[in-house]
Amino acid sequence: MKHLGLLQKGETAVISGILHNCPAEIRQRLLDLGFVKGTRVRIENISPLKDPVAYRIHHTQISLRREDASYIEIEINENEE
Amino acid sequence: MMNAACEVCEFNTASDLKKLGGISGKYDYTIALAGNPNTGKSTVFNALTGLRQHTGNWPGKTVTRAEGSFSYRDKTFKLVDLPGTYSLMSDSEDEEVARDFVLFGKPDVTVVVVDAARLERNLSLVLQILEITTNTVLCLNLMDEARRHGIAIDLRTLSRDLEIPVIATSARSKEGISELITAIHTMATHGNTVKKHLLTDIPDDTGEAIEELTANLQRLDPDLPNTRWIALRLLENDQGIIRALQQGNTAPGLHSELDDILNKAKNYRSSLDGHYQDDIAEAMYSKAARLVKDSVSGNASQRAFRMDRAIDNIVTHRIWGFPIMFLLLGAVLWTTIIGANYPSQMLSTLLLDTLYPWLKNGAETLHFPWWLSGFLIDGVYLATAWVIAVMLPPMAIFFPLFTLLEDFGYLPRVAFNLDRVFKTSGAHGKQALTMSMGFGCNAAGVVATRIINSPREKLIAIITNNFSLCNGRWPTQILIATIFIGVLVPKPWSGTVSVLAVVGIVVLGIAFTFFTSWLLSRTLLKGKSSFFTLELPPYRPPKVWQTLYTSLIDRTLIVLWRAVIFAAPAGAVIWLISNMIIGDQSLALWLIHGLDPAGLFIGLNGVILLAYIVAIPANEIVIPTILMLTTMVIGTTTLGAGAGVLFEGSETEISALLQAGGWTTLTAVNLMLFSLLHNPCSTTIYTIYKETGSRKWTVVATLLPIVYGVLVCLAVTLIWHALS
Ligand SMILES: Nc1nc2c(ncn2[C@@H]2O[C@H](COP(=O)(O)OP(=O)(O)O)[C@@H](O)[C@H]2O)c(=O)[nH]1
Ligand SMILES: [Mg+2]
Repeated sequence: MKHLGLLQKGETAVISGILHNCPAEIRQRLLDLGFVKGTRVRIENISPLKDPVAYRIHHTQISLRREDASYIEIEINENEE
Repeated sequence: MMNAACEVCEFNTASDLKKLGGISGKYDYTIALAGNPNTGKSTVFNALTGLRQHTGNWPGKTVTRAEGSFSYRDKTFKLVDLPGTYSLMSDSEDEEVARDFVLFGKPDVTVVVVDAARLERNLSLVLQILEITTNTVLCLNLMDEARRHGIAIDLRTLSRDLEIPVIATSARSKEGISELITAIHTMATHGNTVKKHLLTDIPDDTGEAIEELTANLQRLDPDLPNTRWIALRLLENDQGIIRALQQGNTAPGLHSELDDILNKAKNYRSSLDGHYQDDIAEAMYSKAARLVKDSVSGNASQRAFRMDRAIDNIVTHRIWGFPIMFLLLGAVLWTTIIGANYPSQMLSTLLLDTLYPWLKNGAETLHFPWWLSGFLIDGVYLATAWVIAVMLPPMAIFFPLFTLLEDFGYLPRVAFNLDRVFKTSGAHGKQALTMSMGFGCNAAGVVATRIINSPREKLIAIITNNFSLCNGRWPTQILIATIFIGVLVPKPWSGTVSVLAVVGIVVLGIAFTFFTSWLLSRTLLKGKSSFFTLELPPYRPPKVWQTLYTSLIDRTLIVLWRAVIFAAPAGAVIWLISNMIIGDQSLALWLIHGLDPAGLFIGLNGVILLAYIVAIPANEIVIPTILMLTTMVIGTTTLGAGAGVLFEGSETEISALLQAGGWTTLTAVNLMLFSLLHNPCSTTIYTIYKETGSRKWTVVATLLPIVYGVLVCLAVTLIWHALS
């Protein structure tokens, strides 16, 4: 099992859920921003100091810190670029 | 496509439209403008009301409710521009204003403004709003951008699927606004007969819980609106809704039954084990995806955003990201400094060299007593004129430039680049945005902190905003840098060195921002940096001329207003203390001599300290006050116009005067430091009090910079003396 914090640039992943230990406030914000099961996500940009990372999701760019991204479970899609 | 001539034609519906602007009164209907951040709500608001609510290409530009109005076909409409929100489901503070208005403000029509090029993300909020009210109009804005990206939207299908009117607009060029008005009017007068719920994909167990609670609520009070939404919220333990239900929204006899329902909700909550939140969000996004599939063609995700990605790769580059940031800051400062010179000179020739003697002569001809003409013309008029001459040009250059960067979409990238540093100091990444606003005006920066969701980090952002060198302090920095620092190097270099000295002060201010954030996070405001999410909006080519024009007008009005409200009374005070004789000298001299020992101890002097006390209302009058007081102290001089009279002189004259007043390079350096590190101006202090609602934090925010200022000046003085 992988989480979004481990995604590499160039890989595409599909979200499989938000981890149970994610604090309620963060969970709600992530859901509101569209980090829901079945959504495809990709790394668009990494900030100069390596954190945060901007993800492309639902055709928009949302930046998250790695520690918050690690609450998001993903499955890496091997077939795509 | 609608052409511009039609939009102004008398036969166009828009000609029935009377823009009432901000005029208040009674309205027939209330209209709410809701939507995700950055979809053009404020631009639509402006197009409808003719007002100039600020717009900007970053999430969080609008933080308060703005109200305006228009009338159409004998009906008056109150329009409420709301801050952007991604969802109505959270209880986060930054989305509170919008959420509360949509839920409890009872608008007659809710207009949801969405970004046509990013429909999928936007539809989630639309679906939530439709759960609450179907008296909704969908405004599909940014159509020009969608077209540019090759996205086509079938309005008919979308409108049929959602069962609400869908209007395509490009609010910035006013395209589609008249259709939007017609749709609002129709919806307001007729309402929407369809009241169906669209959220149908919710898994069985969550769905059953919602059905059960809805039925219970309906039985409890048949008049209760939005029972399904309330049921959803009860499942999520929304305290605001529970409170609203408990307080009077239900008949008094029903309390025990309400408690039953609340208990039931609690049981469901534990049996569903937390996944109802995910269920509902998933249902919403899968519905949105299906709607998009039905009505949108031409997926732009690969091709059209290539340009954006290219720009992002440069401005957030591992190596170039930071240098570019400082280069842009330097370029904006440089343009402001160089560009302000000429108009400043012109204004001071007009207001000080021409109008001032003319007023003086006029007063003499009319036989004004000396104290009256002194008070009015030397005191009040001169201070006001100074502020206008010194402040107007840099403000009128800086703000439009800043607005251009803002409109382009660069600011969120600054936050993206700097977040890591803010996080390390225990603060929030969005503080980068409020810090940038502070370079214009600290009061504006303090208001902007509302985009920061955690109270602790918001307080840090408020307290440290003063370390962003605001516009009111630049003239001081520039003047002192030019006449004391620039002259230390050979002539060809003096301009560059002066600019570098000012940039150095700005960077020092940023360093103090980080240091103070770090310090507060470890002492008074203990805690760790909370989570950070930020949407990076697409780059949008700014409308250069329009931006320059409106920004210029806005700034001019603000500066003039400040001049009248703050500078005029300060001018009166300066004149009075210089002319009130106690014993053998004026009150001002008593004060200066009293403050001198303390001032000299920290490498400044009594004149500077007194000037800073007098200038609390408006930092821009520090330099003229210093000059006037210095003249008075050294007594005889060719420059100056008498006690309590502000004046201007050429740089050489000023330099000679200050040196006669005992100034050295050390005094100049310390003045520049003290100008960065002292209390915020009175407007900012008042704004801090309003935003925090706390005397304690207002006092901390006011005194902390002074403590810094004194310590830093003292340290510099000691080191200076040790070295020389
Ligand atoms: N190209 C284009 N840009 C627009 C349009 N409407 C708004 N904008 C720009 O989009 C940005 C966000 O607008 P704003 O009204 O502040 O959005 P709000 O956050 O929803 O209030 C600003 O830079 C606007 O100039 C439009 O129809 N077309
Ligand atoms: Mg807005």
